[in-house]
Amino acid sequence: MLRNHRLLFPVFLFLLLGWMTCIALASRAGINSGNVVADTKLADGLAAWEQVYSVLTSPRCINCHTATNYPQQGDDRHRHFANVVRGPGNIGVPALTCEGCHQEVNADSTGVPGAPGWHLAPLSMRWQDTNDRPLSSAAVCRAVTDRSRNENMDGPDLLKHHEKADLVLWAWNPGRRPDSTMRTLPPLTHAQFVAATRTWVDAGTPCPRGR
Amino acid sequence: MATYELNVNGQAKKVNVDPGTPLLWVLREELKMTGTKYGCGISACGACTVHLAGVASRSCVIPVSLVGDRKITTIEGVGQDPVGRTVQEAWVAKDVVQCGYCQSGQIMSAVALLKATPKPTDANIEESMGGNLCRCATYVRIREAIKSAAEQIG
Repeated sequence: MLRNHRLLFPVFLFLLLGWMTCIALASRAGINSGNVVADTKLADGLAAWEQVYSVLTSPRCINCHTATNYPQQGDDRHRHFANVVRGPGNIGVPALTCEGCHQEVNADSTGVPGAPGWHLAPLSMRWQDTNDRPLSSAAVCRAVTDRSRNENMDGPDLLKHHEKADLVLWAWNPGRRPDSTMRTLPPLTHAQFVAATRTWVDAGTPCPRGR
Repeated sequence: MATYELNVNGQAKKVNVDPGTPLLWVLREELKMTGTKYGCGISACGACTVHLAGVASRSCVIPVSLVGDRKITTIEGVGQDPVGRTVQEAWVAKDVVQCGYCQSGQIMSAVALLKATPKPTDANIEESMGGNLCRCATYVRIREAIKSAAEQIG
């Protein structure tokens, strides 16, 4: 009986140490799993942002996100003809407003694109430099996510904007050029663009590092 | 073909045309209102400018199907408006016109400018009138006439 008692303590100690080791290993494994999930989500978010960026810097979008006092037009992003200027409200100037030509829908018989509220993006949302070169992915991402510059839109607002805003939707229905050929579309479908935006927003709208 | 009821200079007009027909050609060919001119046909010169609901608009690129119920004002009707009348008088007083071809569009744009900006600066005039080209280069007199009209309007 006494001999059995002497054996009991080492067995108990062994079991206790084994249990503690298991807990420690399980806990550590759990923490690593969380990191892996977070890292994957961030990587997915950054990859999704690059897809979004490819659309934002396509001519259908960036032509009206200039850093200058004029919009651009065409796939070569040349300066808008007819001496069109930005104007204080980003809608042109009296006698030369955007809506003086651009109606609420495309005018395919004359080749003038149109959508409700046709206007230039404000200078705070410029995605080009003053030499008409697109800004870097990191710089555009900062502009898009800076609520002091983007009309106070958070992630869900940005997603909604990409899903439903008239001028965003126009990019996938840009109508015909004056020569009757179809205008070039952005590099992703609208569904792909929205999906990429959703992934990016779900990841917390991460931005690439760099200038 | 489709039928459209238009309000032109306060008068109801009915036309039966192809929906893609530019408003300019409806005015000139269907309604025989030839004061509005064809210049470039691509909204680059301003000769075809009319007002749609008060907005200076390029009638050569706006299909009639997109006009809707907006009131159309042309050079034939702009003189019914006090600002329009004052601008036309200033144009005569300053002897702006040379060949005259672009001047309907110039006047329509000047009226839109003065309604939005009653006391325009030189920069305002240059920007707002920048889309109206004049091959006779009457730009200096156009600016003088706009300033004169602005003083008259007070």
